[in-house]
Amino acid sequence: MNAIPIIALYALREAVRRKVFIVVLVLTAAFLVLYWLGTDFAFEETQQFGVDSETGIEVDVLAGATLFGLAMFATLFLGTVLAVFLTLGAVRGDAERGLLQPLVVRPVGRSTVLVARLVGAAAVCAPYVFAVYAAAAVITRSTGGWWPDRFLVPGLELAAAVVIIAALSLLGSVFLSSIANGIAIFMVFGAGLVAGLLGQIGEALNSETLQSVARYASRALPFEALYQDGLYRITEDTVGFTRFALSLGPFGGAQVGGDMLPLWTAGYLVAVVGVAMLAFARRDL
Amino acid sequence: MSFADTTGADPGRVSFSPVQCFPVAPALQVTDLSKRYGRVPALDGVSLAVEEGELVGLLGPNGAGKSTLVKIACGLIRPTGGRAEICGARAGSPRARAALGYLAELFRFPDWYRAEEVLDLHQRLAGSSGGAGERAELLDLVSLAEARTRKVEAMSKGMQQRLGLAQALVGSPRMLLLDEPTSALDPAGRRIVRELLETLRGRGIGVLLNSHLLSEVELVCDRVVIIAKGRVVAAGSPDDLSRPRGVEIETEQGVRLLPDAGRKDVPRIVADLVARGERVYGVRALSTTLEETYLQAVEEHTG
Repeated sequence: MNAIPIIALYALREAVRRKVFIVVLVLTAAFLVLYWLGTDFAFEETQQFGVDSETGIEVDVLAGATLFGLAMFATLFLGTVLAVFLTLGAVRGDAERGLLQPLVVRPVGRSTVLVARLVGAAAVCAPYVFAVYAAAAVITRSTGGWWPDRFLVPGLELAAAVVIIAALSLLGSVFLSSIANGIAIFMVFGAGLVAGLLGQIGEALNSETLQSVARYASRALPFEALYQDGLYRITEDTVGFTRFALSLGPFGGAQVGGDMLPLWTAGYLVAVVGVAMLAFARRDL
Repeated sequence: MSFADTTGADPGRVSFSPVQCFPVAPALQVTDLSKRYGRVPALDGVSLAVEEGELVGLLGPNGAGKSTLVKIACGLIRPTGGRAEICGARAGSPRARAALGYLAELFRFPDWYRAEEVLDLHQRLAGSSGGAGERAELLDLVSLAEARTRKVEAMSKGMQQRLGLAQALVGSPRMLLLDEPTSALDPAGRRIVRELLETLRGRGIGVLLNSHLLSEVELVCDRVVIIAKGRVVAAGSPDDLSRPRGVEIETEQGVRLLPDAGRKDVPRIVADLVARGERVYGVRALSTTLEETYLQAVEEHTG
């Protein structure tokens, strides 16, 4: 177990060297600046409306929640980029480059190597996602005075979502080369997003089939369920026409995850890591 | 010699020592080992042993299964059949890995690591308590003492290979598996490795040296195992493997070859010639070189 921090730091140093963090930090800074500008302009325009007298919709709440929902998606995407780049070559990629063999012949065990890579990725990605999420919330508050109904849980859910993506990427790295794995994980991420949108469309059209597809997809890809639950929670206390307008809004897929979501997520994570360990243990290097 | 003798542990209790072999177990024991990649057999019933302090050369053409054998011994590849043990522990088990040093044919250290950092990382993974002293000693052994703070990216291929050797020696392994350790080295570098291997033999470390460089193997190895198509086709000491090719005698009548004669016949032949009044200027007992033996053995088994 002592080897876990050693290998985790080793992997993170490698990521520093490959300028993964610089790329993500530049992207993050660009996103936050653009988000600040966007929310500032948007609130400047919407705040003059106050409450729409015909519909009763609180325009600033609608604008704040919509913009922050988009920020959550961008945060999840940036977190996914970071998680994928930290783990996409953890097994096969590193083995092909000859970096892995000297490590796994040491008496640390392959499982330890795998867990260490996940711990390293999670230790970076989860705080990063929460920090960007918090920064976006602060920007939304400072520019438009809007603050999510629930702050902590949605942020933690986004952080958990990127940990799940890191675990999936780690699993993929056992079977696929780095590039193939990166492409596969981004396709899985996209599939989750599409499933969420399908659910939203299904809800609007009252299509049980589409809603079922979305439900099953979010169970199969719990990072999407966590994101949807987070979206729901940021406007959890909002009621009336504003709530109705938000449910039709563009950031889509806001669904209650349910009480079992944390348990399902934890079980899913354990299962993915377990399968990855099993596959890695059987893999010839 | 018991575990407790060398670990300094309570003498009444057998404690695990990561670098200690079972007293009677060879450093490496491979028994009827086989490996198939799909339908293609890479190893087909290979058996060999390397004792502690013994240096065994593994020879064979490309695709013979040498690297597969080494990787199975390291636990990087799972055998299809048979058994490989390091110091009595199943290859790939934590105990086997703790007793093992390995230099892969194709390996890389992170470019931005300094030589000392590479060794420090492996010391921590191997649980070695050698500290700075061990690092300095290992770098000195491979003639990299001057380059201890140099980054891997600033090292030549040969220096990286020597650093790889130092890395393999971290934690004082009892068995060293070297897969083409001299492939990137110049003659001076090869000499350093040769001297290092002799030092290791003196320390009781078993070494399996997989190499294409027959001259290196012949110079340094106690025994040679030649494999072709996944099977052992010849094994023995370099002297055992070389076959007599006759005796060459130079007299005033010129050079003559007596193909059926051997080394033991030389005194008698010289005595006969002198008795007949001939002047003998030189006598040489001829034998096949390791290269000739190798080529013959491989050709016989690969067609």
